[in-house]
Amino acid sequence: MSSAQTHRTIDAIWRMESAKLIAGLTRMVRDVALAEDLAQDALLIALERWPETGIPDNPGGWLMTTAKRRAIDFMRRNKLRDQKYGEIGRTSPLYTEDDVDQALDGEISDDLLRLIFMTCHPVLSQDARVALTLRLLCGLTTDEIARSFLVAESTVAQRIVRAKRTLSAEKVPFEVPTGEELNQRMAAVLEVIYLMFNEGYSATSGEHWIRPLLCQEALRLGRILAEIAPNEPEVHGLVALMEIQASRLKTRINAKGEPILLMDQNRAKWDQLLIRRGITALERSRKLGRPLGPYSLQAAISICHAQARSAAETDWIRIAALYEALARLSPSPIVELNRAVAISMAFGPAFGLQIVDQLNEEPSLKGYHLLPSVRADLLAKLGRYDEARSEFERAASMTRNTRERELLLQRAADCESGTYQ
Amino acid sequence: MRFMMIVKATTDSEAGVMPSQELIDAMQKYNEELVKAGVLLAADGLMPSSSAIRISYPEPGGKPKLVDGPFTESKELIAGYTLIEVKSREEAVEWALRMPDPHGFGQGEIELRQVFEVEELMDNPDTLAKEVTLRRQVEEQKKA
Repeated sequence: MSSAQTHRTIDAIWRMESAKLIAGLTRMVRDVALAEDLAQDALLIALERWPETGIPDNPGGWLMTTAKRRAIDFMRRNKLRDQKYGEIGRTSPLYTEDDVDQALDGEISDDLLRLIFMTCHPVLSQDARVALTLRLLCGLTTDEIARSFLVAESTVAQRIVRAKRTLSAEKVPFEVPTGEELNQRMAAVLEVIYLMFNEGYSATSGEHWIRPLLCQEALRLGRILAEIAPNEPEVHGLVALMEIQASRLKTRINAKGEPILLMDQNRAKWDQLLIRRGITALERSRKLGRPLGPYSLQAAISICHAQARSAAETDWIRIAALYEALARLSPSPIVELNRAVAISMAFGPAFGLQIVDQLNEEPSLKGYHLLPSVRADLLAKLGRYDEARSEFERAASMTRNTRERELLLQRAADCESGTYQ
Repeated sequence: MRFMMIVKATTDSEAGVMPSQELIDAMQKYNEELVKAGVLLAADGLMPSSSAIRISYPEPGGKPKLVDGPFTESKELIAGYTLIEVKSREEAVEWALRMPDPHGFGQGEIELRQVFEVEELMDNPDTLAKEVTLRRQVEEQKKA
């Protein structure tokens, strides 16, 4: 193996092992900055030795052993021995690679869970949570993180350093929260993961190639979380939602780089493997026997679309019912608007219009062009073409997207000429 | 990046001989590791070629020829596959190296193949330029 090849292999191994490594070390030394440093030390030694000795049979074990030895050295040198010995007594300095192999899977899972609760802690800003999670749990480089979010590398580096300092200063414990706190903290973790996914999924982030990377990282992290926190239905719900949305990644944008609406996408290109995985994930959520939470409901809606072989075969009644449940659980004007569309498709435009008319006064939707756009469509379906035309024109004036404006003005013209469909 | 690890058939798998409990457990544990790492997409075992049918087109433009299994060259047959999603080829190799020897008596073989993926707009400079414009528009919209 050439030196370059060895380095790339070590990179791959790092990506596979670093989160577990850092999690295990954080449990030992109770400080995530120190844990990362120790893990990086082990990596440096690997980079030095492995090109000569070859990659060890159990590279993860080798890294863990090496890092733990350095942790013990460090603690001895810094006279933390007296405080920490109690904890590391269990992890004896005679730790061999075989011992690491024997390490309870449960222990590693717990440590990973503790780590993600830490990187998503509410004491950190949302930006910091995202950066730290991408760094410590996904093993992304500062450069990769910076390019995902269109910010300077130095900004990300500082964000991460400050985040670790804050966790240390606030003495954030390395633990899995319980009771009511668990619900809130889990919601924070899921929010970070979904934020990452959306950043990668929508056409608003940085270099084009990094977007799929962010989606993949978020999805992978969600899947990992589903294994270490299997009794949380919303974890499975979020994974289901991401799997289904990822199934459409290839059909969301046309050859010109413009977004294609769900109803217009080429369903033959939807990734059936991911759809199947999404359905399985939602099943796991349901099997836990609790009422579906917001992510699970959104996943269920997404699955309705995924299972319709054509736009015409969409089960709008079911979707309307799901939006109803979602509106009760996490009400928002956007959810109401989506519900209105579903109701109109299921029961006729008059019913949808009733809901939309109530949203006209909603302050948060003031500049949202989709509101008059939806209203216009419903009016046109009811034969109220004059009103529809002016609503389309109003919507057109509210959007800055040229293609959308053209589309809306075209619809307005169709209303005028009586050719609206 | 998606990769497929293809487990080759052996004389045992073709004869319908079940693998040892040890091997079954090891494979089970390995699949669990893939799941826990969030990289497993799908995995399946295929039935022996005794129930298989080969369809070939020896004559260009002609009718297909059907042949019933079993087929003799077990080494070239597929016994199962595992599909994974990883960040690099090296990561795929690492995972493939961690798969237990599928046979244990000298016939074990795993073939690692990369899955084709539509690169869509990734390479075309025109579409890239348009994508940049679209992105800027959305950014401006967000700021408004």
